[in-house]
Amino acid sequence: MTQPWIMMCPPDFYGIEYEINPWMSRSRSSDAHAARRQWENLRAALEAAGARISLLDPAPGLPDLVFTANAALIYKQTAVLSHFRHVERQGEEPLDAAWLTANGFEVTRLPEDIFFEGAGDALFCGDTLFAGYRIRSHARGHQLVGESLGVRVIPVELTDDYHYHLDTCFCPLADDTAIYYPGAFDAYGLQVLQSYIRLLIPVEREEARRFACNAVVVGRTVVTNTGCPKLHDDLRRHGFATVETELDEFVKAGGSAKCLTLRLDGEEAAAWKRAAS
Amino acid sequence: MTHRHADPTRGAAPTALPELGGFVDDVEVRGHIIDSLILPKILDIITQSGGTFRIKKITIGQARVDPSFALIEVRAETETRLQEILAAIGDHGAVPTDLQDCTLVEADIDGAFPEGFYSTTNQRTEVRRGGHWYEVALQEMDCGVVIDPSTNEARCIAMTEVRRGDQLVCGHAGVRVIPPERSADRHGFEFMNSAVSTEKPKGTAIREIARELVRTRTGGGKTLIVGGPAIVHTGSGEHLCRLIRAGYIDKLFAGNALATHDIEQSLFGTSLGVRLEEGISVEAGHEHHLRSINRIRRLGGIRKAVEQGVLKSGIMYECVRHNVDFLLAGSIRDDGPLPDVITDALVAQQEMRSRIRDVTFCLMIATTLHSVAVGNLLPAWVKVVCVDINPSTVIKLNDRGSFQTVGLVTDVEPFLRALVQDVEELAAERRGT
Repeated sequence: MTQPWIMMCPPDFYGIEYEINPWMSRSRSSDAHAARRQWENLRAALEAAGARISLLDPAPGLPDLVFTANAALIYKQTAVLSHFRHVERQGEEPLDAAWLTANGFEVTRLPEDIFFEGAGDALFCGDTLFAGYRIRSHARGHQLVGESLGVRVIPVELTDDYHYHLDTCFCPLADDTAIYYPGAFDAYGLQVLQSYIRLLIPVEREEARRFACNAVVVGRTVVTNTGCPKLHDDLRRHGFATVETELDEFVKAGGSAKCLTLRLDGEEAAAWKRAAS
Repeated sequence: MTHRHADPTRGAAPTALPELGGFVDDVEVRGHIIDSLILPKILDIITQSGGTFRIKKITIGQARVDPSFALIEVRAETETRLQEILAAIGDHGAVPTDLQDCTLVEADIDGAFPEGFYSTTNQRTEVRRGGHWYEVALQEMDCGVVIDPSTNEARCIAMTEVRRGDQLVCGHAGVRVIPPERSADRHGFEFMNSAVSTEKPKGTAIREIARELVRTRTGGGKTLIVGGPAIVHTGSGEHLCRLIRAGYIDKLFAGNALATHDIEQSLFGTSLGVRLEEGISVEAGHEHHLRSINRIRRLGGIRKAVEQGVLKSGIMYECVRHNVDFLLAGSIRDDGPLPDVITDALVAQQEMRSRIRDVTFCLMIATTLHSVAVGNLLPAWVKVVCVDINPSTVIKLNDRGSFQTVGLVTDVEPFLRALVQDVEELAAERRGT
């Protein structure tokens, strides 16, 4: 087993400078010191869980660069680069591409007219790529990703603006296990998730709004924001170790633990990762 | 069905369809659309939004990772409603086929299309390249579309003609089909725009076919006869000869049998050994057709037999005398065959393909094999009348997709007799005026 490898970006230039989701309000700015402390604590928790962290250089004017989950979708040595729906974030794309290339990934891009927000909206569970669409990513983009990688893609519509990325309402833990917040999906999405994933651990609305689903999985350890006690109880019952670390400063921008990380060696739940090793 | 304008600068606007009530557009949706319930969801949205749909084509991926593909016709009562529906389903990945350029895939081997090739219809077709629409030339059903990327010239191409490196259209994106107008005068044959029937009055139908023959001749069109040997067996050969002599027939496609029986009739006065005047078999008559073939083979072909004064009457004689372009395509059961018969089916197909290009009216009489073969090659805008005692021939043509075919179920002899009479009456009327 190789050591879990995660890309993060220090929050040097993080702040609420625009509003592109219902969480963001320029009248409710973040505290730079608190943000730095929370980010360092998350990093420490991940390292304690066994992960190696590599850093993307922060850049002024790109406050959301800190949310590295949205940089790309990683599949083996391929990084399918994101193309952000909001122009405010599109400046991140060349920095992400340069870093991934420098770190040995083959960077591929989707057509210009397709929006795709990387691991924020595309998560492997087993051999299937579950992909959130409508709010940020295009359904058609996911199909193109599936065709280019040769994997099965199951697009699910996101219906709650507070859960604008799939990784805010769904988190694969293992091949056949995932956390989800049912309120973020419609009947079709729920039916699909329930038919393809053997063990779906539901999260209640209150904890979902604490970003319970925006969890980082390292081995059998699940790291989330604070305020998700019911989920943590459920996870422990299913044999996972749980870690909570406060990330409220990032919740102000609509992100939490998972959003702050990009798993570079494949998520724990991705079947291709084990097949490759 | 819809008609859409061939505006070269933009995707066509959906157009009203009075007979079906509504506006229509085709969308393509691809991916794991079954597993993800995306397809049922899109269909539900169409219905819930007050539209209707028809799945025109669906391909289900075989392996777990293979994507599926659906071509859906979306219809709504108003253009506004249609646009709302297209916007709603667009969010789920359903994209109007005419908002994209076509996809080209290079042929990797000779003689076969790439997987996922666009399979043509016989209807007028356009492909989109660089945002512009280009008409596909040599329209024919069951072919692919090959494009010259430097000129964007597109044409239909048969599977066997594909050469490695050809650029072929794949999928439905960037391809639009413009079906024939559903006007009341679709074929100029208002009387029989419905399906084939044995119950239809023949008189009006035959009169209309006679008018079409006259119109084609005077209008500079070309009439093709596709005929079976029953024309000779039933004693109708002379009717056809009269049409040829009067200049109504430009081309004749048939098999070895029609020509052989016609020549036997001319040389021996029998058809398959039966003397047609009396309807009785003559002694050793069964050998006549073989002796006929042999004689023509010895002379080196039908034209030579006419030129040398051996063949002095009959359909083939008249064809030679009146410069009717005839093509005989062989089959595996042929006796002989006559030297004029093309025995390689693919060569025959290619030859037919090149000779039907200027045909504007096609009359198919008493042959299933040749009718289906020619029906396959003709574009939808060529008027076709199929006359057969057996309704299944006409039905078969329609099942194969030759929807432009109108059928007449009747015995060949009375049909041709009445047709000749009508044509001659019409000609007399014209002379009179």
